[in-house]
Amino acid sequence: MHIPDGFLDVKTAVATGIFSATGLGAALRHAGRHLQPRKIPLIGLTAAFIFVAQMLNFPVASGTSGHLLGSTFAAVLLGPSAAIVVMSSVLIVQSLIFADGGILALGANIFNMAIIAPLVGYGVYRALRLPLKSRQGQLVAIGFASWFSTVAAAVFCAGELAWSGIADWRTVFPAMAGVHMLTGLGEAAITMLIVAAIGKARPELVTDIDDSTRQGGRSATLIYGAIIVIGMFLLVAPHASPLPDGLEKVAASLGFEHKTFSSPVVSSPLKGYQIPGIQSASAATIAAGAVGAIAVFAFSFLLARVLVPRRKSVTHSSTPVIKQ
Amino acid sequence: MRHDFLDRYSRLESPIHRLPTIVKLLGALGVVTACVSVSFVHAWFFIVLAGLLLVLSALTSIPWRFIFGRLILLEPFALGIALMALLQENGGMVFLSILVKSTLCLFTVILLSNTTPFSSLLTTMKRLGMPRLLVTILALLYRYLFVLIDEAERLNRARASRTFSTSRRKKWQMLASLIGQLFVRSTERAERIYAAMTARGWK
Repeated sequence: MHIPDGFLDVKTAVATGIFSATGLGAALRHAGRHLQPRKIPLIGLTAAFIFVAQMLNFPVASGTSGHLLGSTFAAVLLGPSAAIVVMSSVLIVQSLIFADGGILALGANIFNMAIIAPLVGYGVYRALRLPLKSRQGQLVAIGFASWFSTVAAAVFCAGELAWSGIADWRTVFPAMAGVHMLTGLGEAAITMLIVAAIGKARPELVTDIDDSTRQGGRSATLIYGAIIVIGMFLLVAPHASPLPDGLEKVAASLGFEHKTFSSPVVSSPLKGYQIPGIQSASAATIAAGAVGAIAVFAFSFLLARVLVPRRKSVTHSSTPVIKQ
Repeated sequence: MRHDFLDRYSRLESPIHRLPTIVKLLGALGVVTACVSVSFVHAWFFIVLAGLLLVLSALTSIPWRFIFGRLILLEPFALGIALMALLQENGGMVFLSILVKSTLCLFTVILLSNTTPFSSLLTTMKRLGMPRLLVTILALLYRYLFVLIDEAERLNRARASRTFSTSRRKKWQMLASLIGQLFVRSTERAERIYAAMTARGWK
């Protein structure tokens, strides 16, 4: 998803650059004020860790491979502000030293992968954590949030490419979103496996950050929210209007909540192209996304059950028995 | 070990390497901006730019094989996105323009990163007003990147010498636990680094 130089025009590069500078500035200010100095080396080391983890390839099929992106991982383990700093540092070093991702496109890349992805991932994670309280539930939440944040970043990436005028939204949105719905599945699986492995070795590292570290984050939260909303209006919303009326009506009548996922549009995914209301690829992609979301949730749930078996020995070992 | 593949030639001696970092950084940024904003109709501009970059890289005495190898290595990413432009009407011109522009920009950044050590880039960016905390984190990232690559190689070697044949599922699990272990070790290292930093009077 690293956009190289030469793809974005100056207007898009400057706009996303301003978003990123604002978001990263807020994250740095928040981290600088509220983070214990002890945590600063941890942020640096986590950034180095993410960089190295991105170099380790998981074999997928017939020579292709995937790797961790780490935005949600960092957001869940360190909190959103620290994650923004971590991911931005990774992207800065990648673009300046490895020429992976352009330097003029750095603003856009930071916006997608270091601001949108961790914030969306963290938001989804916290929301899912409310009903899913167990350790298994934590893994499910992490898996789904990883997938969701990957897709969200891809959608913004598509918006930037479309705004630059190098590709039509109707081709770039289905392509980016479609590819990253699959990539995101890998991200979900890898993140869950890694978090489970860390949980086995050092459970205290993967416990949720307590609220004391997030105090005073209100101004940062406001800035993050504003950036996401403005970014949406600028990059994604203008293209949403060619949506066919049918789907809009369905979505509107069902409200914003999870109910959308169980709408009739979703229950017949394979016939998607035959439904008169859904003709454009964009709408089909959105429908596929809704189906995908359910599938990924089910997948995360199954994987979490494999990774955290409900054994009695777990509860036994957690209560130390002292023998005299 | 062999991890200087990142910016292998940044410490060579050449007229370009000796240029002040700020000139190279702003120069590269200027070239990239011009390259992106000039319309592809002015083909002469891109030919002149390509010539200029070739002359510059001849002056740096970085091996040609390395530069072009790096270009070819990074080009597929650009190609993948550029292919999408082909799908629309009048896409051929857009495709060609993207390909030329992104190749020239890549060339510029490869020259920048291989003629300038990262530490001097950091000092320059600090002088240009980059926040102190970000500079610290970037310095830590760059410093420990190589240490963690070594650590990952060590873990991987230990794992490889103990497993003989595995399924793909097992491979994923082992790689994940390797990465998990790497994270655990990174956090432990961070604790030790903090102790060492405070012992030396940091903050």
